Amino acid sequence: MLEQSWELNGSVAIRPEPFGALLYDFTTRRLTFLKDRRLVAVVEGLRDAPTVGDALDAAGVPDGERAGFDAALRRLADQRMITRRTA
Amino acid sequence: MTLAPERPVTTPAAPARGTRLVDHFEHGLDAPICLTWELTYACNLACVHCLSSSGRRDPRELSTQECFALIEEFEAMKVFYVNIGGGEPTVRPDFWEIVDHAVAHHVGVKFSTNGFRITPERAERIAATDYVDVQVSLDGATPEVNDRVRGAGTYDAALRALANLRDAGMRDTKLSVVCTRENIPQLDRFQEIADEYGAMLRLTRLRPAGRGADVWQELHPLPEQQRELYDWLVAHGEGVLTGDSFFHLAAYGDALPGLNLCGAGRVVCLVDPVGDVYACPFAIHDRFLAGNVCGEGFAPVWRDAPLFRELRSPQTGGACTRCSAYDACRGGCMAAKFFTGLPLDGPDPECVKGNAAGSLAAVADGTRPAPSQDHSHRGPVRNAPVPVTIARRPPASPCDESPVGPARDALTGG
Repeated sequence: MLEQSWELNGSVAIRPEPFGALLYDFTTRRLTFLKDRRLVAVVEGLRDAPTVGDALDAAGVPDGERAGFDAALRRLADQRMITRRTA
Repeated sequence: MTLAPERPVTTPAAPARGTRLVDHFEHGLDAPICLTWELTYACNLACVHCLSSSGRRDPRELSTQECFALIEEFEAMKVFYVNIGGGEPTVRPDFWEIVDHAVAHHVGVKFSTNGFRITPERAERIAATDYVDVQVSLDGATPEVNDRVRGAGTYDAALRALANLRDAGMRDTKLSVVCTRENIPQLDRFQEIADEYGAMLRLTRLRPAGRGADVWQELHPLPEQQRELYDWLVAHGEGVLTGDSFFHLAAYGDALPGLNLCGAGRVVCLVDPVGDVYACPFAIHDRFLAGNVCGEGFAPVWRDAPLFRELRSPQTGGACTRCSAYDACRGGCMAAKFFTGLPLDGPDPECVKGNAAGSLAAVADGTRPAPSQDHSHRGPVRNAPVPVTIARRPPASPCDESPVGPARDALTGG
């Protein structure tokens, strides 16, 4: 996943909160929480980053923590909160 | 009425950070997740357990333009959706205009209805609109059980609405049921009705708010029925919605899907037809009134109202903190305690450990809080005068029944 291009699903809105952010998918009516502000920055940065790895770099996620972020992003992908960027 | 996100919440969150999400939520959010907006107190029915004592329109009801302005503020705050209720919201002549305005401003709408006005044409339109969900209320899986609390003809009207929505191609209509002593034996039948109409079943808790306070003693589930309900909910998992209604049942063991906390003033609030903001949909009472949206708008009330600040500050669990289940149920529902006359920092009146039994018995008639407002119909209701076989709350003194009866106390008169 780290080498791929992803983005926030077009039907998902993101709202910053003190603990991180809320994500709401208007299509599935599903609500999800991000409990880490750096993860919020990663998710918001996906669209403009060539790869997921680049988005992690831009958000300042150190190598040692990449596995945890990778797992979180995969869960978001399973819920279709984020989707593969085709263009 | 919904107390928390409908879809069971997931928390992907990433790197473990030590603090549970509910701990964050207890301090409140920048905007509510679950905002209930009662558009009108007007209703064509007179359900015996109405949370908002609805019936007659309040002449101070927000105008169409005021509703539009409120929607635009919700959009700016990124309130993802509103739960519209009433009263019966569709009796407002501008109801569909308000729905359209919300959708155009990216505020999703879930509205509750008794179904009388969901014609085939309306159903078509709802099905064609993204961001709109419908909850059809039905409180009995048979006309006998349903119409006793909602009124004659209401069972047929609800099923007609469900059929119209299904035939229009609407997916995931919600069949919304308030669980009572009389309908808990019908849970499987409700599921069958939902399946038949391609709907999702939504079960919520009977709250002793509004007129519900008058019938709560007779209608709230018996202790063994609470266990039956809990087991049923566990067995059906995420296939049934609860609006986080039953977190007091978490004390039986495993938590049910949802946040499992009282969201009042933290993630939940209610805006009533005149713009008053209450801590939660089950707490329409001056004690839980935070402010009004007219003037400065909704955001300052949500963020700064002294009541909400109080609710977001650390709460004392009182006697409950000595209970092994406190971490699971957090003492239960604030509104249920308030309206049954129990202390807010003690057990829920339906505490599954039975810890409220003593204090409930000690609450004398007349010491329970009187309602702050009542919009109930004063005369017969066209659609469905409710055959009130359920006893109303007994008068606190004979004087309440008759002006010549002895007063409650000699100093104040009756």
